[in-house]
Amino acid sequence: MAELVRAKEPFRFYTRLHLSELTGLRAVTLGQLLAVLKTVPGSCIYYHTHRFLQQHQYFSPEPPNDFGYWVSEVLSEDELGERLASIDTVQYTTIRHLREKIITTIEAYLEDNKFAHLKFARSGEEFHFIKSVSFVLPTNHLAYDLKEFAEILGKITIDSIYFHVFEARLRLERENNDFSNWIEYSLGDKELADMFARLDPYTQTLEGLRKSLIQIVQDRIKVI
Amino acid sequence: MRLDEYASIVGQSVIDELQLLADKLKGKTIQHINSTSVGGGVAEILNRMVPLLKELGVETRWDVIRGGEQFFEVTKKFHNALHSRTEDIIQRDFDIFMEVSARNIEEIDCSGDIVFVHDPQPIALIKKRTNNKWLWRCHIDVSKPDPKVWNFLNDFIVQYDSAVFSAPSFSQQLPIRQFLIAPSIDPLSDKNKELSEQYIDSVLKKYSIPKDKPIITQISRFDRLKDPLGVIESYQKVRRYIDCRLILAGGTAADDPEGIQVLAEVQEKAKHDKNIHILLLPQNDLEVNALQRASTIIIQKSLKEGFGLTVAEALWKEKPVVASNVGGIPLQIKHKYSGLLCHSVDGAAFALKQILNSPEYAKKLGENGHEHIRNNFLLTRHLRDYLLLFLSLYHSEDLVYL
Repeated sequence: MAELVRAKEPFRFYTRLHLSELTGLRAVTLGQLLAVLKTVPGSCIYYHTHRFLQQHQYFSPEPPNDFGYWVSEVLSEDELGERLASIDTVQYTTIRHLREKIITTIEAYLEDNKFAHLKFARSGEEFHFIKSVSFVLPTNHLAYDLKEFAEILGKITIDSIYFHVFEARLRLERENNDFSNWIEYSLGDKELADMFARLDPYTQTLEGLRKSLIQIVQDRIKVI
Repeated sequence: MRLDEYASIVGQSVIDELQLLADKLKGKTIQHINSTSVGGGVAEILNRMVPLLKELGVETRWDVIRGGEQFFEVTKKFHNALHSRTEDIIQRDFDIFMEVSARNIEEIDCSGDIVFVHDPQPIALIKKRTNNKWLWRCHIDVSKPDPKVWNFLNDFIVQYDSAVFSAPSFSQQLPIRQFLIAPSIDPLSDKNKELSEQYIDSVLKKYSIPKDKPIITQISRFDRLKDPLGVIESYQKVRRYIDCRLILAGGTAADDPEGIQVLAEVQEKAKHDKNIHILLLPQNDLEVNALQRASTIIIQKSLKEGFGLTVAEALWKEKPVVASNVGGIPLQIKHKYSGLLCHSVDGAAFALKQILNSPEYAKKLGENGHEHIRNNFLLTRHLRDYLLLFLSLYHSEDLVYL
C-alpha cells in the first residue's frame, strides 16, 4: 500500500447548531401555504426542507420535507404530497431555486385540481412556519490525510457532518459539499471527490450517511 | 449529576460541543427567575440545568420571587385562563398581581447580563430592565389563551428581547423574536434511569400487581384533562378480546378538590374489575419509573396536554406508546413509527389491540421511540438550545459565525 497523501491544508471540521425560530405565521389551506411560502425568509424554506434529517437521524418516517408531509397527511392531497416529497433537493444549489420549485409545483397542481383549494386543516393541525437560525463554529478536529479523516468522521457529531454536507452546499451556496472540495483540491483525488459528490444525502438518515462516507474513504485507502 | 455522566448516553462529541458554546458565553452572567425553587416542572428543570451551566463555566444565578397566597391564587387563575379554561378574573386580580410584582421589582436584583424569566408569575420584573438582555420562557400551552389575560401579559412580553415556547402551536404574532425549545427528560434522574429487575418486581409486589398478563399503564394525576375514565373505557374494549391489566397511577390530590372527585369516579368505575389497579402514588419517581418499565404498553389519553413528557419518559424506556394527538405529543410520536396516535376511546382501544397482538411491531415502535427521544428530547439537547438562545441575543442574523 502506498503512503497516504498528506494535505498541505488540513480539513478543519466545523459544526453547526441550530435554533428554531417561530414566525407566528401559519397556513390552514393550500392557498395560504402558497401565499406565505412566497414571502417567508429563505431560512424558513431551509428549515422545512431539512428538519426531518436532523430530527430523525436513525429512521426516516417522513417525506423529506414538511410541506409534502402536511399536504399528504393533513390535507389528504396525496398526489401533491408525493410531488413535493420527490423534489430532488440535491439538484438545487440555492434556497431561492428550491423555493421556486416548491411554489411552481403547488401552483401547477392547483391549476389542475380546483377543488384542492377547498381543503383545510383541522384546528390544531395548521402548518406553522418556523425558521432555522444556524450557529457555525470550528471544532478542534483537524485531518491531514484520509486515515485521519475517516477516524474523525466516526466520532464527530452528526451536526458537523450535516454542516459540511447540507448547509455548506445549499445555504452557503458552495458548489459542492466541503468534503468533496477538500479531497479534490487539497488531496488531489478527483475520483474520490466525485464519489462523495454523487451521494444523495436526502434519501438516507444522517447516521446512514456517516457510515456511507466512512466506508467510501476506507475502501479508497485500501486501493491506494 | 456531572456532564461526563451524560457522555455515555449522547456521546462525548455532544458534550464537547456544549463546551465550545459555553466558552462563547464567558464573562456573561445568566440569571434565572421563577416563582418556586421546589415542586413543578420549571423548578425541576432549573435544579438540573443550573449546576450543568456552572460546570460548563457559564456564570449562572437563580432567584425566586416572593408571592403569597393571594398572589398565587391569581396566577393559578391566569394559568387556567391561558389554558383556555373559563375563569372569572376581575380587576382586583390584576391589582393583586401588580402590587406583589411591585414589591418584587423593588427587592430583586436583576443585574444579570441575561435575565431569563420563567412563566407569567415574575413577568412584570421587565419593568426593571436596564441595558441588559431579557428572555421570557413560557412553559404553558397558550395556543388559545383567554384574551383578557393574554393582553394583560402581552404588555410585558413585548418589552422582552425574545420569548420561548414549547410547541409551534403555542406561538403568537409578536413584535419580538420567538424561539421553539421543547422541554426534555433527564436520562439519569430517578424517573428515567435504568432499574434492576428485582427492584421493578418489588414495586409490583408492593402494589399487589401480578405479572401474569400484559400491563397497560397511564401515569398521570387524576385530572379530567388526562381522561382516566376514557382510559378505562378503552381498556374495557380491549379486554373483550385480550386478557390484560390496567394501571392508573398518579399523584396525590389532597389540595385539589376536583382531583379528589375525579379519583372517586375512577374508583367507582373500576370497582368490579380486579385487573384494574388504581394507585394513588406519593411523589416517588423511582416507583413511577418501575411501573413504566414493568408495563407492556404506556397510554397517555389526555384531552389536552402542555407537552406531555410522560410520553418521552415511556419512549426512553423503549415502550410502545398509545397517546392522544394533542399538545406536544405529536412532536414526540410520529404515528406508526415511534408510537400510535389516537383521537378517541375507540381509536385508543384499536391501537392497544394492534400493539398487544403484534409484539414485533411493538418492539420496533419502542426502539424507534427511544432513538427519537435520544436525538431530540434529552437534557443535553435542552442545555444546548439554551446556550444557543443566550448567544442569539447578541446576533440578529439567521446564519451566525462564532
